[in-house]
Amino acid sequence: MNRYLTAASAALAIFAFTAAPSAADTIRVLNWQGYGTDEDWSLEMFEEKTGHKVEHEYFNSEQEMLTKLRTNPGTYDVVLINSAFTPQAAKEGLIVPIDTAKIPNAADLTPEMRNNPNLVIDGKTYGVAWVWGATSFAINTEKFDKAPETIEVLWSGDFADKVGWRDDAVEAVQMAAIALGQDINNPSDLDAIREKLHALKPQIRTFWTSENDWNQYMSSGEFDVAVYWSGSASRSANNFGLPVEFVVPKEGAIGWLDGLSVPKDAPNTDAAYEFINWMIDPEFYVKWDTDVGAPASANAKAMAGLPEDAFNRTVLGNSAVTSKLKFMGPIEDDMREKMLELWQETKTFYQK
Amino acid sequence: MAVSTTASGGAGRANSPTRAVVLLTGPAYVWLTIAVLLPLLAMFYFSFLTEAPIAGRVGELTLEQYREFLEHGFYTTLILRSLKLGATVAFFCFLLGFPCAYVLAKTIKGRWREALFLLVIIPFWSNALVRVFSWTMVLRGNGLLERSIDFVIPGAGSLGLMFTYPAVVIGLVHSYLPYMILTCYISLQAIDDDLIEAARSLGAKRLTILRRLILPLAMPGIVAGAVLIFVPVIGSFMEPRILGGRHGTFIGTIIEDQFTAVFNWPLGAALSFILLACVLVIFALFAPVLKRAA
Repeated sequence: MNRYLTAASAALAIFAFTAAPSAADTIRVLNWQGYGTDEDWSLEMFEEKTGHKVEHEYFNSEQEMLTKLRTNPGTYDVVLINSAFTPQAAKEGLIVPIDTAKIPNAADLTPEMRNNPNLVIDGKTYGVAWVWGATSFAINTEKFDKAPETIEVLWSGDFADKVGWRDDAVEAVQMAAIALGQDINNPSDLDAIREKLHALKPQIRTFWTSENDWNQYMSSGEFDVAVYWSGSASRSANNFGLPVEFVVPKEGAIGWLDGLSVPKDAPNTDAAYEFINWMIDPEFYVKWDTDVGAPASANAKAMAGLPEDAFNRTVLGNSAVTSKLKFMGPIEDDMREKMLELWQETKTFYQK
Repeated sequence: MAVSTTASGGAGRANSPTRAVVLLTGPAYVWLTIAVLLPLLAMFYFSFLTEAPIAGRVGELTLEQYREFLEHGFYTTLILRSLKLGATVAFFCFLLGFPCAYVLAKTIKGRWREALFLLVIIPFWSNALVRVFSWTMVLRGNGLLERSIDFVIPGAGSLGLMFTYPAVVIGLVHSYLPYMILTCYISLQAIDDDLIEAARSLGAKRLTILRRLILPLAMPGIVAGAVLIFVPVIGSFMEPRILGGRHGTFIGTIIEDQFTAVFNWPLGAALSFILLACVLVIFALFAPVLKRAA
């Protein structure tokens, strides 16, 4: 009996020593599935460095993310927020200012990204710039002789019933706004956009909702050309070996910047800071982009650590391309509602 | 509950049937009140607010959500489309389910019946999402169906079923067929075989027996099955979204968008109650027919 007790206490002691390099916490991260924060190798490295374990919960739209923050206060430690939504989340009190002094790697962030007016509000940092990229479209290279130069390819009769689109009101309206040369955050002529979207009717094969969806539709030949995100496109090409090329047409593309924020009443703020610091660490980013495929990092040092031929250096590192990006900003509530109503009306039109 | 038990306890054995009724049905009704009525009432209240009163937000009372519905014709279009979908699915479930139920109830006996019943019910044991996704494998371009057809008739060409209205109907019929088979089976089994024998001995032809005897007597089951299918189908959103693609926009998917995509719970709730009202109106209009049938 005594022997067992000794063995048990010894085991406990060993467990206590190994498990506690610092105060080990479990943090909860809210993000899109398969979007960097939940890479197994990275979480292992993070746990080795800090002792913290990371759990994930996922969302399928920005609105769902906001809903989760509103309805589950005190549940999450780190949340990924598209910078266009950061001001709204901050205004609603869903996220709290971040003490960037506690995040050493934040000093290496490209100043334009770090100080993006959507992330820094009244001098307080509500989101740490993490990655950025473009929303445009990708093509199946087997169906094209050379990459198209214009966004009008989505409306081209050659690809009728072969276009993939995302069932997202804002993205749909913004893509049409780019084709028509309108301001993507505050389009001036919604009727023209409505007409442009109605004209997509013979083109759209179906709507995709996740990266996984997109890859399946592209590989089974349902799509020849489909609206897509730059980081996802490089993943589809690198990880899944799909013959995919991302196109930034002459009309431009939607630019976006994702930040990492700390929700109000987060249970483990310090561990959350350590995790954010790890997420913008060049060591993590270079491995993420090289092995998996990632959007462009907001950390200049991380971008410089990429191989010369990396997608993020050749396509997004090119200033001629970045100058064509139109960055997403906050959209007024009534404009957002108008966009949704326009899109729902358009989807109803597609049924007839 | 507590009051009624003490009251009936004081009255002694004479009241024990009442007491039994209260004790036996009470839990179910209490559960229904909590699980169905309360959330429904909360949603009904939300539908009159400017925004959902969640996480510190305050909504004001308004009729705006219902006006929104009247202002935009496309909501009506979508409701009509969903009603049509419900009717189509219920009809095909009847077409496929009734003969199957008849064979199960009247022709096959013993072990085979059990085995066939199992085949009807097995789809119920699988997750609905899994069922729908397996249909995508079958229906998609160069999928299982097209390859099988191509095997039998080489060069038959593409069916192009995926992401169409028929694809949604196929998926939904598969999901809801067991309801029709089970309800029809119960009412068909209750028909006395002697009645059919009698009709036959009086010289009635098979079609006449079916039309004048079996169909009228089985009507309660058919109606029950149709109602059980019609109501959930008009609010369905998962099957249309996955199988319908661009053609998969119905009132159910729009309501889901309001809840999950744009957090406009009041408008989503208002659209749900308008849909509920439509269903009630339809049932009220058909009440005489339904009553006679049942």
